[in-house]
Amino acid sequence: MIMSDRRDRRPILLTNARVIDPSRDLDFPGDLLMADGVIRDAKRGIGAAGVPEGTEVIDCRGHIVAPGLIDMRAFVGEPGAEGRESIASASQAAAAGGVTTIICQPDTTPAIDDPAVVDYVLRRARDTAIVNVHPMAALTKSLEGLEMAEIGLLKAAGAVAFTDGARSVTNAQVMRRALVYAGDFDVLIVHHTEDPNLVGEGVMNEGEFAARLGLIGVPKAAETIILERDVRLVALTGGRYHAASISCAESLEVLRRAKDAGLSVTASASINHLALNEIDVGQYRTFFKLAPPLRAEDDRMALAAALAEGLIDVVMSDHNPQDVEVKRLPFAEASAGAIGIETMLPAGLRLVNNGELKLITLLKAMSSRPAELLGLPGGSLRPGAPADVVVIDPDVPWVLDSDELKSKCRNTPFDEARMQGRAVRTIVAGRTVYEYV
Amino acid sequence: MNIAPKSSFVLSQRHLLGIAGLSHADIVGLLDLAEEFVELNRRIEKKTTGLRGRTLINMFFEASTRTQASFELAGKRLGADVMNMSVSSSSIRKGETLIDTAVTLNAMHPDLIVMRHHASGAVELLAQKVDCSVINAGDGQHEHPTQALLDALTIRRNKGPIEGLTVAICGDIMHSRVARSNIILLNTLGARVRVVAPSTLLPPGIERFGVEVARDMREGLAGADIVMMLRLQRERMNGSFVPSTQEYFAYFGLDQKKLAYAKPGALVMHPGPMNRGVEIDSFVADGAQSLIREQVEMGVAVRMAVLEALSRNLPNA
Repeated sequence: MIMSDRRDRRPILLTNARVIDPSRDLDFPGDLLMADGVIRDAKRGIGAAGVPEGTEVIDCRGHIVAPGLIDMRAFVGEPGAEGRESIASASQAAAAGGVTTIICQPDTTPAIDDPAVVDYVLRRARDTAIVNVHPMAALTKSLEGLEMAEIGLLKAAGAVAFTDGARSVTNAQVMRRALVYAGDFDVLIVHHTEDPNLVGEGVMNEGEFAARLGLIGVPKAAETIILERDVRLVALTGGRYHAASISCAESLEVLRRAKDAGLSVTASASINHLALNEIDVGQYRTFFKLAPPLRAEDDRMALAAALAEGLIDVVMSDHNPQDVEVKRLPFAEASAGAIGIETMLPAGLRLVNNGELKLITLLKAMSSRPAELLGLPGGSLRPGAPADVVVIDPDVPWVLDSDELKSKCRNTPFDEARMQGRAVRTIVAGRTVYEYV
Repeated sequence: MNIAPKSSFVLSQRHLLGIAGLSHADIVGLLDLAEEFVELNRRIEKKTTGLRGRTLINMFFEASTRTQASFELAGKRLGADVMNMSVSSSSIRKGETLIDTAVTLNAMHPDLIVMRHHASGAVELLAQKVDCSVINAGDGQHEHPTQALLDALTIRRNKGPIEGLTVAICGDIMHSRVARSNIILLNTLGARVRVVAPSTLLPPGIERFGVEVARDMREGLAGADIVMMLRLQRERMNGSFVPSTQEYFAYFGLDQKKLAYAKPGALVMHPGPMNRGVEIDSFVADGAQSLIREQVEMGVAVRMAVLEALSRNLPNA
């Protein structure tokens, strides 16, 4: 996958584009020039005349040019479960979805709770991935929620944030100390807010629909109680905190109060919770089994509105590849999770096409905002920023065929969905890594 | 001697996965057909030929005595070859998935599969993977359609038309597939349905099922024509959902005193197996107002009706 061909190093000029840079709230018709892996210029009418010799000129035919997407939450199976998803396969899927940076989660085998594992992931990414990959490291050793991981050393090794992945830290004392300690290193703590005891045997949103299916529900309070507790711990400690995946309207109230109080609290919502609701579970469709579960339509609409106003900071894929063997089971016994890195943008465009969201807001939540929170240089088209760029055709109609997805697993909730718009070219460090034909 | 039923009712679907998919006419058609089998079952010669040459597989992933026996007898009385597969001897224990088992069984060309499974939706999953008719004999906490049908038949034979009757379903509504199927069926036939339970045993959202909800037996049983008791699983008795069996019996166990809250002549039902002294006391269970034994008899007739009505849709029938 490593392309050191000289031709790939040529400067690229994207012309005739609608340039959207959410990091500077810019949206204008113009051109974008990249060279030596960084963005040189983005303005009206650079034109082929004003560029270095040998520049590859690409006519975007009015398509959108935006910073490459940064997916803040993706579960990749490397190390330990490369059969489900390797860093290489995840990066292929990412490129096809316009994602130029994957933030992988520490839920691996072994867990990313040791600097050597961070180093391993970064080296594997360098050698096999076609997009940028940065790991979050474990907040606690072995993700057990008991003892703090080596936050300082892990950060020095390259971890961009700290999280126990799909697990919640139930012990408030452990969380408090982690927030305090992490504050000394100015790192972001990302937390999955689901109380495992309140989740219990629950497998979908609690309410009438679950009751009719005879499935045990997960109450929204499983999420809001942990979120509320965390907000109070942030107030106590002054740490930097990010809720990993919120699913319901009640959590938005907690979030709003925290932000109004000036606390360093931010939040993500997954594209699944923004585009789908509990009714999609239908007759026990396990590809729609997620954690937290898909909620009611009222919640979905509240999340979309919160994203539109900026209360929700980040949209992520929650990419979670699961084998057929763990999905073709009765609903309660099936694993939770859906792949999404390749469909995050088109599913997000649905909200834009439905009029729930402005395009620049969506792109901001998928690029510049995660870059700010994680301290990454991407997510911007400023001169000097990395030449990580996506070209989006916002109109092209297409039907999603799960067999054509690049991920090693097929557990997409959008199979056979009719989509409008997608990434048509993905550029990482000034090189085209994906082209839609 | 072979007496075929007079009713020519055909169920307009391939499987019986739940009451939720049945129309009023479907339910009445099945009950009418079952009435004929009640009569047949009381004769000395009980065998008919509706399923002659057919293969019926009973797949029970959860222990069951009465339902499995009931389906076995129903199949045999209709002339089918019946095979019973129980969990302890099956390859499920060796790690084979439900779908693998389904595909394996399907290759043996059964005509009907009766399945019980501990997971909600498991029977639906099986039905997607096989070519034959599938009958839900209870899936998790979802549905148990033949139980609701046999309950309806029992009620109809004792109280006449179900429309307008008040039926109180009492006990562990949350975990009960019997309650879910009965609520849907009784509502479809026009009964007034009430559920009576401590709040910990009511599923969130129950008020949207078209039922009245009561948290005590006096209020819940007032004016009831039928009192339907549910089994409380042992693992839910001691502190997790209710504090103890003693406390549960004190507030929700059906004894003669509480039965007196219902309409005079109200009849008592229980899907079995009973926990005597937990949800029901022996005087009531064995008393003159109890229909519990009749329910078992109706069970065979209803299952024969379901098998017969589905088999009329099978290829080359």
